[in-house]
Amino acid sequence: MAFVDALELPDEVGHHLMHMGFVPDARVIVIRRAPAGDPTVYSIDGFEIALRRETARSIKVRPVEEGS
Amino acid sequence: MSDCCTTETIDIKVEPRIPGKIRTVALVGPPNSGKSTLFNRLTGLRQKVANYPGVTVEQHVGKLSGIGRSDLMLIDLPGIYSLDSYSEDARVAVDVLHGRMPGTPEPDAVLLVLDSLHLRRQLMLAASILSLRLPTLILLNMSDLMETRGGEVDTLALAQELGAPVARISASRGTGLDAITHFLDRKSEPDVPRNTGRLELPVLGNARSYRQWATGISTRTKYKAPLSSEWTRKLDRLLLHRIVGPLLFLVVVIAVFQVVFSIGQPLSDGFGELLNGAGDRIGAYLGHGWVESLVIDGIWKGVASVLVFLPQILLLFLFIGVLEDSGYLARAALIADRVMRSIGLNGKAFIPLLSAYACAVPAIMATRTIENKRDRFATILVAPFMTCSARLPIYLLMIAAFIPNKPILGDFFGMRAAVMLSLYLLGFLAALATARMLKSSILKTASAPFILELPQYRLPTLRSLGLRVFDRGKVFLKQAGTIILTVTIVLWILSHVPFHATLPDSVIGRVGHWIEPVIRPLGFNWKIGIGLLSSIVAREVIVGTLGTLYGADSLGLQAALHHDLTLGGAMALVVFFAFAMQCTSTLAIVRRETNSWKWPALQFAYMSALAYVAAFATNQIILWLGH
Repeated sequence: MAFVDALELPDEVGHHLMHMGFVPDARVIVIRRAPAGDPTVYSIDGFEIALRRETARSIKVRPVEEGS
Repeated sequence: MSDCCTTETIDIKVEPRIPGKIRTVALVGPPNSGKSTLFNRLTGLRQKVANYPGVTVEQHVGKLSGIGRSDLMLIDLPGIYSLDSYSEDARVAVDVLHGRMPGTPEPDAVLLVLDSLHLRRQLMLAASILSLRLPTLILLNMSDLMETRGGEVDTLALAQELGAPVARISASRGTGLDAITHFLDRKSEPDVPRNTGRLELPVLGNARSYRQWATGISTRTKYKAPLSSEWTRKLDRLLLHRIVGPLLFLVVVIAVFQVVFSIGQPLSDGFGELLNGAGDRIGAYLGHGWVESLVIDGIWKGVASVLVFLPQILLLFLFIGVLEDSGYLARAALIADRVMRSIGLNGKAFIPLLSAYACAVPAIMATRTIENKRDRFATILVAPFMTCSARLPIYLLMIAAFIPNKPILGDFFGMRAAVMLSLYLLGFLAALATARMLKSSILKTASAPFILELPQYRLPTLRSLGLRVFDRGKVFLKQAGTIILTVTIVLWILSHVPFHATLPDSVIGRVGHWIEPVIRPLGFNWKIGIGLLSSIVAREVIVGTLGTLYGADSLGLQAALHHDLTLGGAMALVVFFAFAMQCTSTLAIVRRETNSWKWPALQFAYMSALAYVAAFATNQIILWLGH
């Protein structure tokens, strides 16, 4: 589990992802990987969205601190 | 991005409308919100499907007869997450809502469908729609599911927050729809004030402020998200399992093909016999003469040769529909993504390409699930390389005539099976190579990431499946039908002019003779030339044409061909058919889906050139090997 920090992606793609839930401070959980190991399914805002590693790499997250 | 935020422009354009009077209603909603189900429920069978002008986005329009308001028109907009112009879909939606889409009237009211199971994110779309200041009714779909799963929302408070009426509905069950009637009745009367500016909306175009706004509203309306469907997760644990997942995927694929061929083939055969029988009976009325010949040999047989594929095509549409509506299509895309990526496509291209093994037409229409336009076009362009069922008659004929049935691996796998398998492989490899080539040249994608939403599993409803099959079948018949009719009539005239000429003496026969020098290096004679020309309508037509030219039935034809062609020529012919674009229906559908003649023309030229070169190589190699 982690929080979205920033999206280091071109504006167009970034905004699209934000509308799909990847906004700063949103909580992301890794649900599972595809049988071939990639893409990975993330749960965000109650939705399940799969992203390839190359895209996910550009989404910066910070870990959830203890107690929060 | 830039044009989404200039809402001022619409205020100027409001003028031509009669204030308060509703004639056109737009249906808006994010993907997977049940929007199409609602559209089907509200319009029923009386809907029209076409492409928006200049783009490849499909437009569904229908009369609101489902709620007894046939005087109103409902426009179904493509599913969108926001009004940002990220995709062609969103750009079309913005244009329609602003009344800038040629041929589409500016909507007077908006029905906004939101999935109440995921209201918080869906509210982000509501913000941009409400900022358009059109009379809007917000429909919380799947509210029955929300309640059973312990979700809650204060509908009244939500209506106050949004400054627009809110209703709970269930599109799949058809409950709560009277709210739409009330809304439209009230708004149809003049002098209903529009939303005024008091509504507090987020900074347009800023996703972060949208999110804060949506969170604020969902808190104030006491929205409690329902528990996520337990069995979706459980099912995914199995269906996306490292080992079981791909195996089940394989089982699904094989089952689909088994059904398409074991049920579809006899259905097609039966349907074909029915059409021929009807043709004979009509022919008997017309007597013998050129009218009978034009109607029966020309139009009827030509159209029938394409119509026989209808049962298989409809069955495929049904299966693709089940996969899509149930939610499995997204999982299949997830499983296949890794493999598809190696040829420069993404997982969503897998099911369409697979369907192309039965028929390229439904495959090409199924590419609509691929959002990225370049990926979609690449998939459309390579789909006809997959060995479709129309290639089987000529494959079977030539293999039976030329390949001895010698066993290679015991009794199960003989020489004939090996040749057949090689032909399948050949088409597949051509598709892979072409996809790679396209994706590294004219259809190169800059930085469009693969984003795949996995919807919750749902049981597909018979109603929506039926409508989908009906709708797709109609599009196929209309698009392919008109072009096929033209081509068959032209081909008939060419093969009957001058009058009383036999086929070899007709225009087409002469062209066949005339092109003989061109096709001789492939090992073909003029009869094959005529066969190739006549099979431009549909691949399997060549078998009938050769039958006529050689004046023989099936077994006689095998013997005649064996006598008339070399092994090189025969193999060159099947290789030619593996690559060539001998299918008018496919060309018609590609034109429709790409909205231009450029792509089908390119496809035809490329595939024909490839077919020629490959057939030439095949013939020369076999000659060189000493046959």
